[in-house]
Amino acid sequence: MIRFDHVFKRYPNGREALSDLSLEIDSGEIVFLTGHSGAGKSSLLKLISLIERPTRGQLIVNGQNVNGVSRRKVPAFRRQIGMVFQDHKLLHDRTIFDNVALPLIIAGVGTKEIGKRVRAALDQVGLLGREQSAPLELSTGEQQRVGIARAVVSKPPVLIADEPTGNLDPELSLEVMNIFRRFNEVGVTVLVASHDLYLLEHFPVRRVRLEGGRVADDIPAGISAGEKLVDPAKLITGAEGAMR
Amino acid sequence: MSAWLTRHAQTSIGSLGRLSQHKLATLLTVLVIGIALALPACLHLLISNAQTATGNWNKAVDLTVFLKRPTSPEDATRTAERIKQRRDVSNVQVITSDDALKEFRHDSGFGAAIDALNENPLPHTLVVTPAADFTSSANLDSLAADLRAMPSVEIVQLDTAWVSRLNAILETVRRGLIVAAALLALGVMVIVGNTIRLDIQNRRAEIEVTKLVGGSDGFVRRPFLYNGIWYGLGGGITAWIITAAVIGILREPIGRLAGLYGSAFELGGLDPQATLILLGSGIVLGWLGSYLAATRHLRAIEPT
Repeated sequence: MIRFDHVFKRYPNGREALSDLSLEIDSGEIVFLTGHSGAGKSSLLKLISLIERPTRGQLIVNGQNVNGVSRRKVPAFRRQIGMVFQDHKLLHDRTIFDNVALPLIIAGVGTKEIGKRVRAALDQVGLLGREQSAPLELSTGEQQRVGIARAVVSKPPVLIADEPTGNLDPELSLEVMNIFRRFNEVGVTVLVASHDLYLLEHFPVRRVRLEGGRVADDIPAGISAGEKLVDPAKLITGAEGAMR
Repeated sequence: MSAWLTRHAQTSIGSLGRLSQHKLATLLTVLVIGIALALPACLHLLISNAQTATGNWNKAVDLTVFLKRPTSPEDATRTAERIKQRRDVSNVQVITSDDALKEFRHDSGFGAAIDALNENPLPHTLVVTPAADFTSSANLDSLAADLRAMPSVEIVQLDTAWVSRLNAILETVRRGLIVAAALLALGVMVIVGNTIRLDIQNRRAEIEVTKLVGGSDGFVRRPFLYNGIWYGLGGGITAWIITAAVIGILREPIGRLAGLYGSAFELGGLDPQATLILLGSGIVLGWLGSYLAATRHLRAIEPT
């Protein structure tokens, strides 16, 4: 579903955010992206959503090589990716309903269908009945859930989240992660960038740790965080397997 | 298709609602556009009213043909018939020397002096009215030359100089109107463009988010285009009101002035066609200004 093939990303100021990064995420996988700030997590997500473009290398998302996506085609490309942000990026001058409806309005969905799907998305994040509230009337956790509802309302095959629990307390973080898990269970490919150790312990999903713009560890699902440094050889084969 | 229409209706109403949230700023923008559009509208009325007022003068472009003396009244009538058959002539009026003398006696008050004459000194006169399509000075000159060449014609009087002057003045004013209208149209576009530019800066966050969730350039631009259209329409309506007010203020004194000259001339306002053109050009200019500004400035806003 997402394949990085020797990808480099150098910013105009000369900083190299990703260097020779290779990574493959299968369709229907849920993956944690970890690492210190500056390790390249955000850059990696920005490449997937075409906010930034690779300096070198190939990146294929949902069968499409991003290098072949012209500026005009970027919007259509982005519609197949649900994005969740640490700061929610909600529009404060409109209701929850209108915020969640935005991707559907852009996609040209009919008014009736929009109502149905927005309510379904809000129901999935437990906010049904709050359609007419303003974002600022909601708590931070609730706002984040609105952001998630907006990301999934158009049923994109890929969902990426950049530090979605960064501003949340542990309990709310778990709740948000559980929502991601539920989407993953219905087939959505989910990629979550987080350095929240607490979360990592609770969700034994595949974990990719970045360091200096490269993949440092790639721990398959089912192994808890505590074991991750036990068998480096296994990690390497795991990483190679993932590349292929 | 119906979803598309609904979307446009929603966007346009949403844009109107947003504008009404900033009443003062919107009002000022609309007022400036209105004044800018009212100036050419008023100039247009000046020209069209001048044309109406001088419309009667076209009749003054008649040629006065004095026939040789002596010519019998029958010959005069025959000559008139011949001239009348030309396709550049619409009418020929015969004023026989007797009629002319009667009229002169009546108008001049020299009755006694004229009675002293033992012979009518006046020639027969033909008043030749050119056909409507042949009133240009070149046509009139050639008509006059032809008439002059006729054997029974003594003098052809045609004063085209003042016609040319009047036409030249009107043409100058009309050119001035075009130049002024073009400059003011440019001004309207700049005003709308600048307003839209500020609007775009204020809504940066919204534009970024819309682009992040897959909004195309066209989608992001649409509400701003509707803003431009509303500004233009509002400006057009304002211009119409200003023009109507100017006409209302001037109608009475100009009517009185015309009355003093014995004319029933009445100042005309904007007819339905001119009104449509005024509103239409407001809308088009507003749309164009916002299109240029939005296309240029929205490109610069990309999510980071």
